[in-house]
Amino acid sequence: MSTPALATRALDKRFGSVVAARGIDLSLPSGARHALIGPNGAGKTTLINMITGMLAPDGGQVFLGGDEVTGLAPDQRVKRGLARTFQINTLFPRLSPLEATTLAVCERSGLAARWWKPLRACRAEVDEAHEILRSLGLASVCHRATHELPYGQQRLLEIALALATRPRVLLLDEPAAGVPRDESVALFTAIAGLSVDLTVLFIEHDMDVVFRFASRVIVMVGGQVLVEGSPSEIAGDPRVAEIYLGGARRG
Amino acid sequence: MLVPLLGVLFDGFAYGMLLFLLSIGLAVTLGMMNFVNLAHLSFAMLGGYVTITLTQKLGWPFLATLPAAFLAAAAAAVVLERLLYRRLYRASELDQCLLTIGLVFMSVATAAYVFGTSQQPFETPPYLRGAVAVLGLRLGIYRVFLIGAALGITLALILGLEYTRFGTQVRAAVDNQRMARGLGIDVERRFAITFAIGSGLAGLGGALAIEMVGLDPAFALTYLVYVLIVVAVGGLGSIGGSFIAATLLGVSDVAGKYYVPELGAFLIYLVMIGLLMWRPSGLLGRRQ
Amino acid sequence: MREAGPPEDPRRELWARQRWRGLEGAFWLATLAPFVLFPAHLQLASQVAIAGLFALSLDLLLGYSGIVSLGHAAFFGIGAYTAGLIAKGGWGEPVSGLLAAAAVAGVAGYAASFIFSRVRHLALIMVTLGLGLLVHEAANKAHWLTGGADGLQGVRMWPLAGRFKFDLYGYTAYGYSLAVLVVAFLVVRRVVNSPFGLALRGIRENAVRMPALGAPTRSHVRTVCAFSAALAGLAGALLAQTTETVSLATLEFQRSAEILVILILGGAGRLYGGLVGAVIFLVARDRFSGLNPQYWYFWMGALLILIVMAVPGGILGGLARLAGSRRRPGARGPTASRVGSS
Repeated sequence: MSTPALATRALDKRFGSVVAARGIDLSLPSGARHALIGPNGAGKTTLINMITGMLAPDGGQVFLGGDEVTGLAPDQRVKRGLARTFQINTLFPRLSPLEATTLAVCERSGLAARWWKPLRACRAEVDEAHEILRSLGLASVCHRATHELPYGQQRLLEIALALATRPRVLLLDEPAAGVPRDESVALFTAIAGLSVDLTVLFIEHDMDVVFRFASRVIVMVGGQVLVEGSPSEIAGDPRVAEIYLGGARRG
Repeated sequence: MLVPLLGVLFDGFAYGMLLFLLSIGLAVTLGMMNFVNLAHLSFAMLGGYVTITLTQKLGWPFLATLPAAFLAAAAAAVVLERLLYRRLYRASELDQCLLTIGLVFMSVATAAYVFGTSQQPFETPPYLRGAVAVLGLRLGIYRVFLIGAALGITLALILGLEYTRFGTQVRAAVDNQRMARGLGIDVERRFAITFAIGSGLAGLGGALAIEMVGLDPAFALTYLVYVLIVVAVGGLGSIGGSFIAATLLGVSDVAGKYYVPELGAFLIYLVMIGLLMWRPSGLLGRRQ
Repeated sequence: MREAGPPEDPRRELWARQRWRGLEGAFWLATLAPFVLFPAHLQLASQVAIAGLFALSLDLLLGYSGIVSLGHAAFFGIGAYTAGLIAKGGWGEPVSGLLAAAAVAGVAGYAASFIFSRVRHLALIMVTLGLGLLVHEAANKAHWLTGGADGLQGVRMWPLAGRFKFDLYGYTAYGYSLAVLVVAFLVVRRVVNSPFGLALRGIRENAVRMPALGAPTRSHVRTVCAFSAALAGLAGALLAQTTETVSLATLEFQRSAEILVILILGGAGRLYGGLVGAVIFLVARDRFSGLNPQYWYFWMGALLILIVMAVPGGILGGLARLAGSRRRPGARGPTASRVGSS
């Protein structure tokens, strides 16, 4: 059995009396396209924060490509190939997409600590950043300030920044959230165009995205994994329909 | 050995109560809106100078000037909030700092211009002078009065926050601003009122401070650090935390000056920095 | 909408923002004017250069990295006292004393950065304030070392390069200060236009996102703090050497507040903001020096409030917006920001 690209074992987290996560076991093989769904308060964000290192678990472990990373800081995990996007755009308002992506590339290659080297001399990095933006359709706006971009393009930039770190595992936190219908095509094209070697975990509410891209769905409720299966299995599971899709959406 | 220690504790506690009165307004408004108001003690200064003017120029009795100090500071807060503060609720911390530092400078300069740069001479009313002997200790009457006033106000604050509708809304806003808004609470309006009350209390503190620590134009800056320490250590938005922090600070400061005068304020700053590093959101606070 | 052009295009636009502009040349040429046009005011010019350097150091921290510091005078004072003590101890050679002072201040900045990088928002502001007050208090108490309230006595500088004496005319003082400012400016410009400078701006724009990019944020903050402190110490040392005195005033909160005003006045995050602010502020103060000092603080406070409420981005920011709106008539200017974009 090959090593999973991302795995967690028995992750636990409590906030006072609230159990945000209990015994979470995940295993994503390389190249997987899995989706994590669950109602609000199910603990998805807590789980993501524990995987990325922004939150320390009370118990359990996180593995990246077979190596344990539970004690590592977030930036160290990024260096090991774990990247994420944020549900709410967490971008650099006054930097242009090219500057922001170049920054990501420079941080990856360790150039960002060089204060004596002019940016002019970092041709390869800028070119790489530009190429990433071009592949996501952002090349035409790469010089505008981020806060001037329409929302859909900002979501794309979120992905660009994550891709610039050359991840092996990518956590996409509701990538389509808040994107108007007419801008979501570019987004879906971008997601479809992600490398097959890349392991992707979607955190989603939008069943459209789940059915379109995910090969496997994990359902979380009340801090625990309820059930895992293919999208059609999950869609047909009455328990899931009950708690997640909710009574109001019958039929 | 014991007597001076108890004396130090008593004086320290009185000083702590003064610091509490001066700080509580800032603690709550910071907790509510995260607004960095470095000009908080300018309102205290205003209250102090109002008392000076009323007692010296108009011959008012000291106790009567206290409500006046409170009201003057509260009124000034209302005006400034409408004109300036309101526009910066969502601005960066830097902007809020700059605005309020600007206000401090203006208030300090105005005070120096109008009242001169030296400490104001003040005549404590005769019934507050002297000391009373309690269990072998000599307790300054003014300090007893101060402690009593502060405890009374603390009680009023706690009751107000706990049992009035307004108080509950304030507590909600401090706890979780976004949720409070979502519940339909007009946080800005609550803040304006809270800000006025908090500044009024500072004004009252300023009036009470004249006898204990003196009043000069530099007051707004000199004690700013102490107030910030109380707020930071006690936790934003926490009355209980501010009370404990103010007491601790008051006692340590007085004890430090009594037992280790060479160190001066040095120790206080070190303690503050250490505490902030250990618990950035204060001993009992929740924010940030 | 521009099409994705040949590979040179994206880089070219990025470089364009970093090239030297004609206006900059004019500025530096103008700094030579005092020698010829205002020889009676060379001491003032020297003060302006020193303040400009001090403001530049704060700009690195505040304008580019977004670290609000209310205690930056601590490093200024540390540099001043170090340089003063070295000279008082018998070694009056200016340049070596200067470098030593900058190094000491830099080390202090590096030490302080361990605290700065751990806290944010209000706690950070308070820590910087506390540190500034702490250093001031320590210097006050240690009067065996610093002379306390009387200041440091007995600071005697040797002639610069063996030839140029520090005298009342001020030629040496201004020439020296200006030269140091130019060198420091070139270094800062280089830093700002490097990948590290980009990382600093990233920290300013969104400190939360940086670790998600794999950025060692704390390490970056430590570096910039050391740098900024060293530059501030450099400015302080210049003051000590050119005036041959050091007083506690170099460490006061008023000093930290003043340099903040100067930077904001000119416009933070724009490299030249501190310099422009220093010129205007100090020249204005000199002209109004006859006034009661209380008036000065009053108007400084009013100025601060005015800038915050009406002219975000300071003078340079305002000018940039004017220039931008002329180029694109009818276009909305960038969101009003305190700090510049380059």
